[in-house]
Amino acid sequence: MKQLTVLSGKGGTGKTTITACLAVLARNAVIADCDVDAPDLHMLLHPEVLKTQEFKGSKIAVIDKTKCDNCGLCREKCRFEAITEAADVDPVACEGCGVCYAICPENAVTLIERVSGYAYISRTKYGFMAHALLSAGEANSGKLVTLVRRNAGILCKNENGTLIIVDGPPGIGCPVIASVTGVDVSLVVTEPTISGIHDLQRALRLLEHFSVKPLVCINMYDINKDNTEKILSFCEENNTDVAGRIPFNLKVTEAMVNGKTIIEYSPGSDVAKEIKDIWESCKDSLNLGNA
Amino acid sequence: MIVSVASGKGGTGKTSVAVNMALSISNLQLLDCDVEEPNAHLLLHSNMHRIEPVYVLVPSVNEELCYHCGECANFCQYNALFSTSEKVLFFPELCHSCGGCIIACPRQAIAEEKSRIGTLKFGAVGELKLVYGELDVGKPLVVPLIKAVKKQIDNNKNVIIDAPVGTSCPVIETVRGSDFCLLVTEPTPFGLHDLKITVEVLRKMEVPFAVIVNRAGIGDKKVNTYCKKENICILLEIPYQRKIAELYSKGIPFSLEMPEWKDKFQTLFNKIRKLVEE
Repeated sequence: MKQLTVLSGKGGTGKTTITACLAVLARNAVIADCDVDAPDLHMLLHPEVLKTQEFKGSKIAVIDKTKCDNCGLCREKCRFEAITEAADVDPVACEGCGVCYAICPENAVTLIERVSGYAYISRTKYGFMAHALLSAGEANSGKLVTLVRRNAGILCKNENGTLIIVDGPPGIGCPVIASVTGVDVSLVVTEPTISGIHDLQRALRLLEHFSVKPLVCINMYDINKDNTEKILSFCEENNTDVAGRIPFNLKVTEAMVNGKTIIEYSPGSDVAKEIKDIWESCKDSLNLGNA
Repeated sequence: MIVSVASGKGGTGKTSVAVNMALSISNLQLLDCDVEEPNAHLLLHSNMHRIEPVYVLVPSVNEELCYHCGECANFCQYNALFSTSEKVLFFPELCHSCGGCIIACPRQAIAEEKSRIGTLKFGAVGELKLVYGELDVGKPLVVPLIKAVKKQIDNNKNVIIDAPVGTSCPVIETVRGSDFCLLVTEPTPFGLHDLKITVEVLRKMEVPFAVIVNRAGIGDKKVNTYCKKENICILLEIPYQRKIAELYSKGIPFSLEMPEWKDKFQTLFNKIRKLVEE
């Protein structure tokens, strides 16, 4: 079983658009949407939800006002500034550490599990899909990513699958780390902008840190051809393989508006052709052959 | 006044809006809280004055005092400590620096030590002051670094905060305490979907907000329909123009080359001030 994570560092470079195309081209890969804060992949792949799971990623403190004498000790010791002057717990700030519970002289605090989101197992036209949605304002997206990846692993095993395609979140922090640990190859989608280059370099360093083989693809490469050249020579100097260059085309947005991938919406377009080539490069990097 | 600029979806133009607005207002401090991928300095080409390391506190177990009772590991909600009969193992990437293990230890065998997670960088372009955080690659903990950036808020200035992408803890920490939040989106299904999630978060946080539609003209009109239905004010629409995209790609804030936008961003800021004062 191989795993490919599509990553970007910078948001909005086309990660999800490309992941959806790869899912269409791969046929029968298990798809994992690990952008649990703002998942978008379902709008292109239209999963039918088969199973919903509650995600209990953390706890929250509850203060029993009949026992509390508002001594203020919990407020003083809480490092997350989660307890107000009136001894109420701010649910957004509380990280469920349990310090207030441990030190309250009146035993007025209890810790309860909170439901921070939902994980889903679904079926799409192109294979099974594991995805999730973090509830508004909740924390612990890294843990939810881990749950999505675990679900994807089980689906892949049950189906005797060969590949999991992961749509990663933007950035390089906790949920991104949870999306790349232990995968075989990561396709980093960048764009030829100053920010795109900067974020690509940080994403590549992250992949190096976690020993994941990188593959780069430049989206909207013709927006700034000088910068595209810079990315190409940077990749060459660092022995990083470039999977392809995708031209800017408003048809991609049109396809999205129609709820379709560009492969389905406009299979003959320059963008679709380039993404097919990128998929071939991914297969080579994953040693998948023509399976 | 503190105005944060946020977006559920990445690449909608958050940093562009923050920087162009910052360049159009006097007496301004810009904080870049997108510590995973800080980009504002790339558009501002600011001079860097000072760099400071940022640390979090993590436990350090004195093995001479410890008798491996396991109370610390038992207490830790994040499974950052694991006690064997010979040694306490610590996993720093899971630690939230709550200090609970110190309280839990019956032998006072745990002290705290500093562990570096990133840096604070201070710069300026003319009168505009920039502060941003940069997470060390491989470090998962973003929130303490965001807190460190926000500690630098200068209350005598107009403050604009460039928030990280998404809707979870880093965004919440960034926007907490802002007088107003601008939500930047694009008129596409992805833009609308992520906007809806962000609106839900801001309503829960009770921070007043309005929307900016970037790349207006591409996609569809559903963002406008949604905002109208939800009574959300669209304060500005920035049309899709290849010139703006090209300037951005070179790292040039478009209001510098297209001065009519300077006025628009000033008007925007004044509108926000009015809304906040109401």
